[in-house]
Amino acid sequence: MVSPPFRPPQGRPAPAPGLLRRLDAFARLAFPGFSTGFLMVLAAAPVSLPSPVFAATLPCVFFWSVFRPAAMSPPVIFALGLLLDLLTLAPLGAGVLVLLGVHGAALRFRRFLVRQSFLMVWLVFCATALLAAALFWALQALLALRVAPFGPALHAAMLSAGLYPAIALVLARVHEAMRQAETAP
Amino acid sequence: MIRLSIPLRQALARLSLPLMIAAAFGVMLLGKADALLAERLRSHLADALSPIYAALAEPMGAVRNAVEEVQALAQLREENAILREENERLRRWQAAALALESENELLRRQLNFLPEAAPAFVTARVVADGGGTYARAVLLATGPQHAIRKGQVALDERGFVGRVTEVGSRSARVLLATDMNSRIPVTLESSRARAIMAGSNGARPRLSHWPEGVMPVEGERIVTSAEAGAFPAGLPVGVVRVSPQGAPEVELFARLDRLDAVRLFDYGLRGILPPESVARPEPRPGRR
Repeated sequence: MVSPPFRPPQGRPAPAPGLLRRLDAFARLAFPGFSTGFLMVLAAAPVSLPSPVFAATLPCVFFWSVFRPAAMSPPVIFALGLLLDLLTLAPLGAGVLVLLGVHGAALRFRRFLVRQSFLMVWLVFCATALLAAALFWALQALLALRVAPFGPALHAAMLSAGLYPAIALVLARVHEAMRQAETAP
Repeated sequence: MIRLSIPLRQALARLSLPLMIAAAFGVMLLGKADALLAERLRSHLADALSPIYAALAEPMGAVRNAVEEVQALAQLREENAILREENERLRRWQAAALALESENELLRRQLNFLPEAAPAFVTARVVADGGGTYARAVLLATGPQHAIRKGQVALDERGFVGRVTEVGSRSARVLLATDMNSRIPVTLESSRARAIMAGSNGARPRLSHWPEGVMPVEGERIVTSAEAGAFPAGLPVGVVRVSPQGAPEVELFARLDRLDAVRLFDYGLRGILPPESVARPEPRPGRR
């Protein structure tokens, strides 16, 4: 996975980049991508349930794009999208485009979103999930030249909206811990 | 790490999203152009992920079992209620049966009733359906040590099946009650009226020759009758079903379409035996 070079927080003298510190920073940088990928793989585990891969991916991508866009960079999203396509039997590229779209939208509104309450962010996420599911469905229909029923896409969007609070709760803790680790001397 | 100038890095960061979107379209084109590419990639990914899933299978199975356990517990409750009710009902029936049994005992004592000997039976495996002269008959594998005899009554675990019509040294043929040639004297259990159950080669034999003034009622139980000394009285045969045309038919208790073993009872009755030699047409050459 490609990672942009480490940028120390500004306003303080940069500490000497020791190996441990660098590893630490890299771990923080790589965590969102890897955790999302791992969650997707877990969600794709063959159980007798409708596959929640898409529904589990959207909240992670959205959350990290809004709160930590440096770690959720477009190349990472690209890799995650490719993984999504491969795990969900969607035509190649559909998931990539949808996730990039979500990322772009989240980046666009992140200045507004980070100041809002959790409920507001959730509401915005619900709308985003619906749009993303619709886009995913449309892309699949376009690429496979076959109109699939819209029901499953709607279910995925609703499942995603329902999963968001649980995922965001955990990710918010992690994010907070990371921020503390970064601001600590 | 490659050191880049800050403006270049910023430009790259700003460009990466459009670049990646363009790459996404590229991947789409690639996926459209080479349909097998996605399949190959998927199989590689599945190969890589299969150890993870294999490791996950155990805890997943445990979780699924736990969920099923909980569901089973929830079902257990209502099942328990149903069983309790059924138990209550059965207890009432048991009381009725015990009362009837003691009454029966009493009446028999008063009548100086000769009890029937418990019939001897052998169980034989059904080895072939059909064949022979009859359309509805089964072939049983028997041994020379069993004294199978014509006229023995065949029952499966539920009820009347038919009669032995031919006996060889290692096999016996049973004419099923559904065969066109089968005529069984029966009793309608609630009205005690006699009738004849005539096979029709279909699944349900027809009832005929019931006495005037009595009509077989839907759901009435049919048992064999001892008339003509061919069968013992009271073997369970089936229940009356009225066909769409209004003719009374018998739905047999025995499952004649999936017979695997039958019990052959010897009641020692020699009332009407099947004819000694059945006119069997010579098999034409070319057929079995």
